[in-house]
Amino acid sequence: MNSIEVFELTKKFGSFTAVDNVSFNVKEGEIFGFLGANGAGKSTTIRMLCGILEPTSGDAFVGGYSIVKSPDKVKLNIGYMSQKFSLYNDLTVEENIEFFGSIYGLFGKSLKQKKEWVLEVSYLRGKEKLLTSSLPTGIKQRLALGLAVIHKPKIVFLDEPTSGVDPIFRRNFWDLINELSSEGITVIVTTHYLEEAEYCNDIILIDSGKIIAQGNPKQLKTNYIHHPIFEIQCENATDIIECLEKQNFVDEVSLFGNNIHVITNSNLKEINQILELLSDKNVKSISKITPTLEDVFIHLLEKKNENQKN
Amino acid sequence: MKIKKIRNSLKRIKAISKKEIRELLRDKRMLGVIFLFPIFLLIVFGYAINFDVKNVKIAVCDLDKSSESINFINSLISSEYFDLVNFIQYGDADKYLDQNLAQCIIVIPKDFSHKIYSNDLVQIQYLIDGVQGNTATLIMNYVNAATLNLSKQVTNKFLLRIGRSYFVPIQIEPRFWFNPDLNSTRFLLPGLIGMILILVSVVTISLSIVREKEMGTIEQLNVSSLSVSELLIGKIIPYIIIAFTNAGIILITGYIFFDITIKGSFIWLLICTLIFLSASLGMGIIVSVIADSLQVAFQIGTLISLLPSLLLSGFIFPIESMPKVIQVFTNITPTKFYIKCLRSILLKGAGIEFYWEQLLYMILFSISTLLIASKLYAKKMK
Repeated sequence: MNSIEVFELTKKFGSFTAVDNVSFNVKEGEIFGFLGANGAGKSTTIRMLCGILEPTSGDAFVGGYSIVKSPDKVKLNIGYMSQKFSLYNDLTVEENIEFFGSIYGLFGKSLKQKKEWVLEVSYLRGKEKLLTSSLPTGIKQRLALGLAVIHKPKIVFLDEPTSGVDPIFRRNFWDLINELSSEGITVIVTTHYLEEAEYCNDIILIDSGKIIAQGNPKQLKTNYIHHPIFEIQCENATDIIECLEKQNFVDEVSLFGNNIHVITNSNLKEINQILELLSDKNVKSISKITPTLEDVFIHLLEKKNENQKN
Repeated sequence: MKIKKIRNSLKRIKAISKKEIRELLRDKRMLGVIFLFPIFLLIVFGYAINFDVKNVKIAVCDLDKSSESINFINSLISSEYFDLVNFIQYGDADKYLDQNLAQCIIVIPKDFSHKIYSNDLVQIQYLIDGVQGNTATLIMNYVNAATLNLSKQVTNKFLLRIGRSYFVPIQIEPRFWFNPDLNSTRFLLPGLIGMILILVSVVTISLSIVREKEMGTIEQLNVSSLSVSELLIGKIIPYIIIAFTNAGIILITGYIFFDITIKGSFIWLLICTLIFLSASLGMGIIVSVIADSLQVAFQIGTLISLLPSLLLSGFIFPIESMPKVIQVFTNITPTKFYIKCLRSILLKGAGIEFYWEQLLYMILFSISTLLIASKLYAKKMK
């Protein structure tokens, strides 16, 4: 069962095309990652799927309802947490919960139950009277997520929910996302942290409004990079990068912290070619690795740029 | 089904209003501005803007120095309009006017007493500081009246001596209705209420919406099942309450400081105010659609509410004496019509039959601004 089906969705702002003919499906209950650089068109797509932005052409069915014909029905079935932090800072925790609960049509007993649940997931039990502005960012994000799903929607959109949150809280936040997913809620999440993409069931990568790759993390790693990839541990990285870039068996070289990742091509017959080349450099180790998603995306983006130049 | 829908809609509106009030109660600075500002304006306007000219400083150059001339001077300064500064030499007249030591100098000629009793024409010279045109005109009227009075007395005495009495066939007996002592605060108060109300409503509601835009909370509301009209109604209600409280504060302050009471119908006062507020809040929502930051919203809001109310509404400057083209422009501000209603209700105690046209215009004005506002708002969200 697909909970979201997108057909040739396009959004133009004047002469600028923010989202260009995008089609994809999201299965029910999965965590769906939406990756891309800032300005790639992630948020625009999400906003269209939420029914707050009208597409220029194309359509999408969210929870079975068309975003063009019945955006109001769409809104009833979704939760949304935006990039900008969107709680009322000058209200207390409790007041925020009450407000968003009532906006989503929760009153009386059901509101009270939900309030308890939100307090629990955001670790704020006993701190109901605190002003929201005084909370640490990580807690605020959990509260915001709790409020985005306070009405038990079938689908929830999270637009860069973890930007600006420290790694521990980020991990922690993903536990909450997994919990929602295990309850059968479909989660669509945009991010530019690639390690987070590994937690997703399915991913699409979008650049300049176009989808350039899609699949689950495993598929992405195997389908888009066909040749071996090596990791080189060394001291003088810049030197080695310069040297490698000139070789005809090297497709791409990129720096990962202190290490270098080399994507090779069919010209490489054996690993010794690299070993010989770098024999006089101060190299600690060279090993063949399975590509990370970052390798895949850098590879895809560079390939796309080259195609555009040609 | 339908009833349930309406009930849910009302609950959502209530949630918005409640949230708005909670936010406002926490914003002490805003509250201070909203409630102290009107009192401040009222007192400043009430005491500072005063068209009445009293205690005009006069200097007298008495060349006659007779008991008659002293009598005349006494009759002038015994009124509250004139304060005697000094007796001066004729040559000092320039100095007194230049340095603003006196606003008016009276020169009584040498042969004043002699001429009065020899049935001759006496000419008294008044030198008036003409820089402030309005004041100068008023001073002239005062001295004219005072001098006329003296002439009358002299004529009377003369006639009595020959056995006749003074008789004026036509007498003027002016009575000032609605404002018997021509108190200018009473005249200004309606305009002041209008100006404060429109300023406070336009600025508060536009700031409140623009703040949600700046914070990003508006996105969250747009994606909920909340409709545009529910959101706007929920936002408007608290500010109507605030504006009414404000109107109350102004009326009470007006009563305490300036002894101004409501002569007409209280109910119609409420109705007129409600309609005027809807128009003002509609303008505020339009401002919030145009402006993307709090500063811009504040500036535009102040500009479109304050300036027309001050200059074009007839608050201070009478519309009747403006050029025809400008008179047409005065219709852009609902304050003009509200002031007319208020003057009728507050000062004259007149019935609805005297201001229904103004009321009708305000109703049209507020319906169209509210419609435009919600359309613009909905369009902007797309």
